[in-house]
Amino acid sequence: MLAEIGVGSLQEIFDRQIPEAVRLDRPLALPDGLPEQDVYEHLRSLAARNTSAEDEISFLGAGMYDHYVPALIDMLTERSEFLTPYTPYQPEISQGGLQVMFEYQTAISELTGLPASNASAYEGPSAVAAAGYLAKLHNGLRRLVISAGLHPHSIQTLRTTAHGYGMDVVEVPLRDGVTDPDAWAQAIDADTSAAIFAQPNFYGAVEDAAALSAAAKAATSAAPAGNGSERGGAGGAPVVVAQVDPIVLGVLAPPGECGVDVAVGEGQALGNRLDFGGPSFGLFAARDEYLRRMPGRIAGETVDVDGRRGFVLTLQTREQHIRREKATSNICTAQALNALAGVVYLTWLGRRGIVELGELLLARTNYARETLARLDGVEKLHDQPVIREFALRLDADVGSVRRRCAAQGVNPGVDLQALTGRAEDRGGLLVAITERRSREHIDRLADVLGAAVAAERRAAVPA
Amino acid sequence: MSALDESRLHSDPGIDAHRQPGGARSGDGAPAAAGATPLQREHATTIFQKGAPGRRAFTCPALDVPAVDSGKLLPERFRRAEPPRLPEVSEPEIVRHYVGLSKRNFDLDSGFYPLGSCTMKHNPRLHERAAALSGHARLHPLQDPERAQGALELMWNLQAALAEIAGLPHVSLQPSAGSHGELAGVLLTRAYHEDRGQTRHKVLTPDTSHGTNPATVTMAGLEVVKLATNESGGIDIEDLKAKADEDVACLMLTNPNTLGIFDENILQIAEIVHGVGATLYYDGANLNAVMGISRPGDMGFDIVHFNLHKSFTQPHGGGGPGSGPIAVSERIAPFLPVPVVERSDDGPGGAPTFDLDHGRGRVGSKSIGRVRGFHGNYGCFVRAYAYIRSLGGDGLLDASQNAVLNANYLLARLKRKGVAEQLPLAYGELCMHEFVLSGGPMKRALKIKTLDLAKRLLDHGFHPPTVYFPLLVDEALMVEPTETETRETLDAFAEAVAEILREAAADPEIAANAPYTTPVRRLDEVTAAKRPVIRQAM
Repeated sequence: MLAEIGVGSLQEIFDRQIPEAVRLDRPLALPDGLPEQDVYEHLRSLAARNTSAEDEISFLGAGMYDHYVPALIDMLTERSEFLTPYTPYQPEISQGGLQVMFEYQTAISELTGLPASNASAYEGPSAVAAAGYLAKLHNGLRRLVISAGLHPHSIQTLRTTAHGYGMDVVEVPLRDGVTDPDAWAQAIDADTSAAIFAQPNFYGAVEDAAALSAAAKAATSAAPAGNGSERGGAGGAPVVVAQVDPIVLGVLAPPGECGVDVAVGEGQALGNRLDFGGPSFGLFAARDEYLRRMPGRIAGETVDVDGRRGFVLTLQTREQHIRREKATSNICTAQALNALAGVVYLTWLGRRGIVELGELLLARTNYARETLARLDGVEKLHDQPVIREFALRLDADVGSVRRRCAAQGVNPGVDLQALTGRAEDRGGLLVAITERRSREHIDRLADVLGAAVAAERRAAVPA
Repeated sequence: MSALDESRLHSDPGIDAHRQPGGARSGDGAPAAAGATPLQREHATTIFQKGAPGRRAFTCPALDVPAVDSGKLLPERFRRAEPPRLPEVSEPEIVRHYVGLSKRNFDLDSGFYPLGSCTMKHNPRLHERAAALSGHARLHPLQDPERAQGALELMWNLQAALAEIAGLPHVSLQPSAGSHGELAGVLLTRAYHEDRGQTRHKVLTPDTSHGTNPATVTMAGLEVVKLATNESGGIDIEDLKAKADEDVACLMLTNPNTLGIFDENILQIAEIVHGVGATLYYDGANLNAVMGISRPGDMGFDIVHFNLHKSFTQPHGGGGPGSGPIAVSERIAPFLPVPVVERSDDGPGGAPTFDLDHGRGRVGSKSIGRVRGFHGNYGCFVRAYAYIRSLGGDGLLDASQNAVLNANYLLARLKRKGVAEQLPLAYGELCMHEFVLSGGPMKRALKIKTLDLAKRLLDHGFHPPTVYFPLLVDEALMVEPTETETRETLDAFAEAVAEILREAAADPEIAANAPYTTPVRRLDEVTAAKRPVIRQAM
């Protein structure tokens, strides 16, 4: 090979190209390489030091959930043909992946009631941030009004990126567990680019999505239109954005029917593993008028030269590889394989299954909430309807209670204040239910949590 | 010597169709008949067009809690009126449908995939097995750190390894992909300048840069200033000097760049950029050329992103997932996104323990905050870490050396007579891990475009190189073979290119109408964009 290249040694190739001053003059200080079986054993031993949802009865949620992933998803996502190609830049040999994107977009449109879905965003919180940027491109205004019921990670991510694209974030507080409607209407003004809430919200409560959307649109109808933007924005009413949990959309009214313009969300619950937080996928769907400003890949239908139906990446003039600094987003690699798992999962559930599953979650979640709220020292954090997750307030230190429960093999849920940092969340516990948590598990949680709270309250009483 | 391999041509079913006008055509979108391959005869039908009412795969667990009127639990006005029109299909139908779709994909496990700047290297299956272990796959991101010590140790070890590879001391694993790492990096740069009381508006990017660079700059609220490329493929130093001023926040650079050229002036570039108080950003898409050979930190870069789905074998998945950790210098470290994994030696007997530092409550925290939920794409960390532990430091060096060797060998093969006249190397003589050819002479002499060559390669069973990028090269072909390909594969690819050129010399129409053997042939992208149909009509 060296002879073909015309060099005397491999080193010569580098010597002729890389200045000596920037060459590393020592080996990388990394452990020596290992045979496959040793690497496996090492990774297995690391895995063994984690307590997974397989090792305890877990009620952890707050954005990612321990749903059952059907075996056929493992089989399909491990197929070389889906696992190992790049983004489908050559459509003639990528029809499988492109059609999967097209089907995924169809499924997300059906679920959300919004006609335009992209082929996936990274994950939930960054999809919220991307929706903020879409609103800026759309109307050129600079205020983002958000509900405090958004996931704290969504709020933090939005703040980080909005600082970059030059928007202010105004947070509207909750009242009785849901977005305070008066404060919401008051906060939205003629300079408001987008109004963003979560459905259900971070505390598990079902929001009145239609009312929030209507209030957002009404708040500015009387006000003078905004400035518009240097990028041709339209000004006017804010873009209404909802962060939705897709798994309950068989039961909950779809955002598209509630006046929502853009629905985003974390897709992990749809056939994706927990994976300690990723990779999963973000869903991103909107009304047609936003289509040409959407971030990310979009598959579209077309025909080939012989008239056969086929699929391509379309509207690529939105994208970074074509438009560079004028692109509507910088996203390149997104989450195609995770979105495949998502559409296969939705297909597996099917039209009836997604409703049945939603009803099961609704029933079990409410059973769990009522059962736990009857325990001494435990009360509901709010009385709003809940569907798959709910918040409690414990009259005891949450960290200590959780440790006591863990010792009994039960993870009772998320310490709210540890996640939000909000003073009013002190004593808060967020409990998530999936179809994997049976009544038996819930009853066991009640026993363990009741005992733990009682023990903590006894311990807190001065001797 | 005959310019055409006649036997191959005639075994190509599509070509005969192409030569018989209307032979493979069907105006109504029905499957083409004469001369079509079995896959071509299959009419694309989505899962939404299959099944029948009532058919299903999922069995819902039984209701095991007391039945309550569900209308009381959730008021009617919050409810969905009609179920979403998801498919109604059985499990065997789902399996057959998606396995069928998979056969309409080309993939890395099936053949050579020399897509430039994408680093299509082998994806070891060990990684999939390890990532699927329940201790990784079913670990909840909000599990208490003391009960996720294995995961946190893995992350800390990966941070340390990436820091060593980059030559920069601090790492955040959070960003979801390369472009997301770029966004974090530019926001870090902004935060760094703002902390020093400076508002800088401009970011310099060479005209050879990946599209994500300028797109990121705009999203971060800054302005792109383009830098010219010099005759050897590096940055035009005079142009840089003219544009580097106190309003420049950052220079974003890929080194080696998208031409496969290592910028020999990198230290001077760093000096100029640092001289005006700006930072130097390293787009790590091309890191596969230099692991263990040269480190961005030693070149003077302040911020680096890695593509774990390129150099570190996370499978590309048909467009993700990826993972885009960033490594930074000391001066940038205070601004890193949260959380970061930290290690302390306070366990029993001084054993190491690991924790997530969210920066909250840390006095004077300057972190830019979060760029996404939870801790990043952990599943990708498992695979990248498995790769690094499999190869070790020597193995990574070996991988980069072989990537460069393979690229130069393939380049040499394509410099042989018959090819080099049509597809000359755009810049330089040697290359790093990839190289860019210009199809300009081919277009003029043989009347076929780079696109035609690419499409004809499909009929030879190869994924084409990246085409029409970088933009400054006429009819560009960007070739990155990676280290995991054999010499035999490289020879076969070079031979296929030569054969297509010989074929075009005899009849350019063959390439101009290629491909013939793929599940579909050239697609009408213009109509797709003009009248977008992006979901199945119901």
